[in-house]
This record gives sequence, C-alpha cells and structure tokens, in this order.
Amino acid sequence: MGLELYLDLLSQPCRAVYIFARKNGIPFELRTVELLKGQHLSDAFAQVNPMKKVPALKDGDFTLTESVAILLYLMRKYKVPDYWYPQDLQACARVDEYLAWQHTTLRRNCLRALWHKVMLPVFLGEPVSPQMLAATLAELDETLQLLEDKFLQNKAFLIGSHISLADLVAITELMHPVGAGCQVFEGRPKLAAWRQRVEAAVGEDLFQEAHKVILKVKDSPPADPTIKQKLMPGLLAMIR
Amino acid sequence: MGLELYLDLMSQPSRAVYIFAKKNGIPFELRTVEVLKGPLHPQTKGYWKRRQGDICPVLHRDVAILIYLSIKYQTADYWYPPDLQARARVHEYLGWHADCIRGTFGVSLWTQVMAPLIGAQVPEEKVKRNRAIMDQALQQLEDKFLGDRAFLTGQQLTLADLMALEELMQPVALGYDLFEGRPRLAAWRGRVEAFLGAELCQEAHSPILSILEQAVKKTLPVPPPEAYPNMLLRIAKIP
Repeated sequence: MGLELYLDLLSQPCRAVYIFARKNGIPFELRTVELLKGQHLSDAFAQVNPMKKVPALKDGDFTLTESVAILLYLMRKYKVPDYWYPQDLQACARVDEYLAWQHTTLRRNCLRALWHKVMLPVFLGEPVSPQMLAATLAELDETLQLLEDKFLQNKAFLIGSHISLADLVAITELMHPVGAGCQVFEGRPKLAAWRQRVEAAVGEDLFQEAHKVILKVKDSPPADPTIKQKLMPGLLAMIR
Repeated sequence: MGLELYLDLMSQPSRAVYIFAKKNGIPFELRTVEVLKGPLHPQTKGYWKRRQGDICPVLHRDVAILIYLSIKYQTADYWYPPDLQARARVHEYLGWHADCIRGTFGVSLWTQVMAPLIGAQVPEEKVKRNRAIMDQALQQLEDKFLGDRAFLTGQQLTLADLMALEELMQPVALGYDLFEGRPRLAAWRGRVEAFLGAELCQEAHSPILSILEQAVKKTLPVPPPEAYPNMLLRIAKIP
C-alpha cells in the first residue's frame, strides 16, 4: 500500500494538501471522507485518525495529521521544487511565519464565514442572527486587510516573487467564503491579482477541480436529523 | 546590532523563545515589551532584527522564530529533528497546538488580570467554558501526544514540549493547577523542566508566577485608556 490521503475537498486544508500532491506529481490513493455525511465520525476512520479530522496521511505504518505537517512531510519526502518552502533561511522563516499566523486568523474567519452565512442556516437549518453574521464578516474583512497589508504588500506572492506553501494555504482558505457567496476579491484589486497569479501557478484545471466541491456547497440539500445530531457538537466546537 | 528579541515574559510564546535562546547560548539583546500596557500589537510579539547592512526582516510568531533560531544557530538536533518522521511529528503537534492550546490557555490572564485592570469582567459562563475546553485539550494532550512516551513527540524533548510547557504554565500561574490529578502530565513537566534546568525555568517563570500577587498589591503596569477599546474587544471575543 502506497501513500494514502484521507481528504474531503469541502475542507480548506484538504484542498491545499490535494493541490500540493497533484501539482507535484506525488502518487497517492485518494480516500474520500465525506464530512457532511459524518464519515469522519465513523469507527473505521477513527482507526486512521482518532482525532476524527481530515486531512490525514497514511504512508505505510506512518500516520500523520495536521495539514501543515502533512504538506511539509510531502515536501521533504518527495523532494519537490524548492520554491514551495525555500532553502533560504529567511524566506523559509517567512513561510513558517505565515503558516503560524493563519491558523487562528484567516483560517478561523474563513471557516466561520462559510458556516454562519451558508452551512448553519441552509445545511443544518440553524438560523444565524444578522448581528452574528455581520460580526463574522467584519472579522473576515479585517483579516483580509491584514493579509494584504502585512503579508502580500506589493509582492507578487506572499513571500516573494514565487508561489510557496503560504500562497497555497491562503488561497484554499479564501475559497471558503467565496463558496459561501462572499465577494472576497471585490474591491481588493491587489488580492484579486494575487489570486490570478496563484491560480495560474497551480494550473487552472487543477485549481478548478480542487474547488468543485466548495463552489457547489451552497446547493447542499439540508442534512437529515440524524446526521445533524451527529455533526452539531463537533461543528459548534470547530467554529467557536 | 546583533539579534534582538522583543519579549515579555508574561506571554507564553515569549517565554518559549527566551528559554530556547538562553538554553542554547544564543547571544541576544533582550528588548522587554510590556504586554500588560496594552493589547498585543502584532509588531510586539517577538521581534528580531539582523545586523545593520543585512536585510532587516522582522519575524513574528513564536514557531517561526524558534525554527529560525534552531537552524541559524545550529542547535542540537533533538529540538527540531532532521529525521523526516520525527520532524513531521513536531509539526503535527504544533498544528494541533495552534488550534487547541494557543488562545485557550491564555484566557485566564484576561479573566483574572487584564479585565479587572480596566474594570471589566468576563462572564462566569465564559470562564467555566474556558475551563472545560482546557480540560478537554489536556486530555487530548495526554492521550494523543504524550501517551506513554517521555515527551510529546517521542522519547526526546523537542520544540513541541517547550511550546506546550509555556502555555500550560499560564493557567498554573493564574491559580489553576492543571498538573494536579494528572500524574502523567506532571511527570512530563518534571522531565521538561529538569532538561531545561531549574534555574532557567525559575528565571523565565517567576514574572508570570508572581502576577496574582502583583495584581493584589496593585503593582502591575496600568494600561493607558487608549488601549481599552482593543482590550474590551479582545475580552468580548472570548468564547
């Protein structure tokens, strides 16, 4: 059994791992874990990852969780081009810095934007107050500003003149609110131009394929009550 | 001008960077920042500058700083092991730590010191919820990471243990002895502190360990009024 990647393209970090593996021609078996069907909560998946989260990687006997750890593992094992995580100490520190920052900021706000705007009301039938939604979208806005001002600035990519893991992780995050119908790039020409560059660097076809699921998520049929009950506790913790 | 580290030993990530630099004999100028004087402006969370004439990047984020220092100053392998799987385990811990430890374990400073300093109060419900979330995280820390190993990612101490210890010390300093009733975790703490050295731990931990006393004696630096709105916002964001 070769490399297995347990993913659901609904999830931002899964998209980053998927794109990275595909773009770098890393051979793997895709094991889809459908979050909206609660498959991550199954006993079978718990054998792979007792924390019941995706993405997860299985390489022979070695199981790994956490998307950044997975990306860095793949990068080192498969000796991908240097630009993803540069050898240069300072450039690489910048990638680390971005990856550390985004956890509690962009990642969290993109997730909340999707759930508050679409998934809670539409998929779970749980209304979200206009105030709550407005607050979430305002926080997202603030984070986008920080992304532009602190990280992107006037560079072509987040770290410099070439795409890196930072850009891949960032773009897959931003597609979450895009999937929810938020106009993330409107009125943000710098960010919009960066998005085009990242998509071009990844490859349009691969980018579209990786984002098929999130771009259709608004059309998800409502969850049935059993699923809803299973998913709620974990979800509420996740979007706290 | 060599390496400058802008730190506040009241802050968990600052302590991790401080201990790491001291333990590894990395020469630096300490630039003390007083977190209590205002909200954590992104700029103040652990700065460093290169020598004049070099490019002057400023690095934020404890993890980035620790990794940078470990590579640049070629610290012993165990901190950030070169082995593919061992290093992956460190990153795996750090990813989980960012989601489940960071933020959560810093709440008690806000509820018990920062909020009262500006005459605000964190609702009891939030305090209880934070405690429950911490307890859950500690259970996962013990079960998934520590298990029956000596350290969080294996039999050797790594950056993961240092980051974890400093976060866990925060609620301890604020009156929640989370090591009590958790013998596995207490033993792990003992091992980490023994490894780092009692004196260095004492030095790095004594400011935060005296914070409640300072609060009672009213000897803490008082945040200026301009800082209040951001602080209140931060308090409101506590889940």
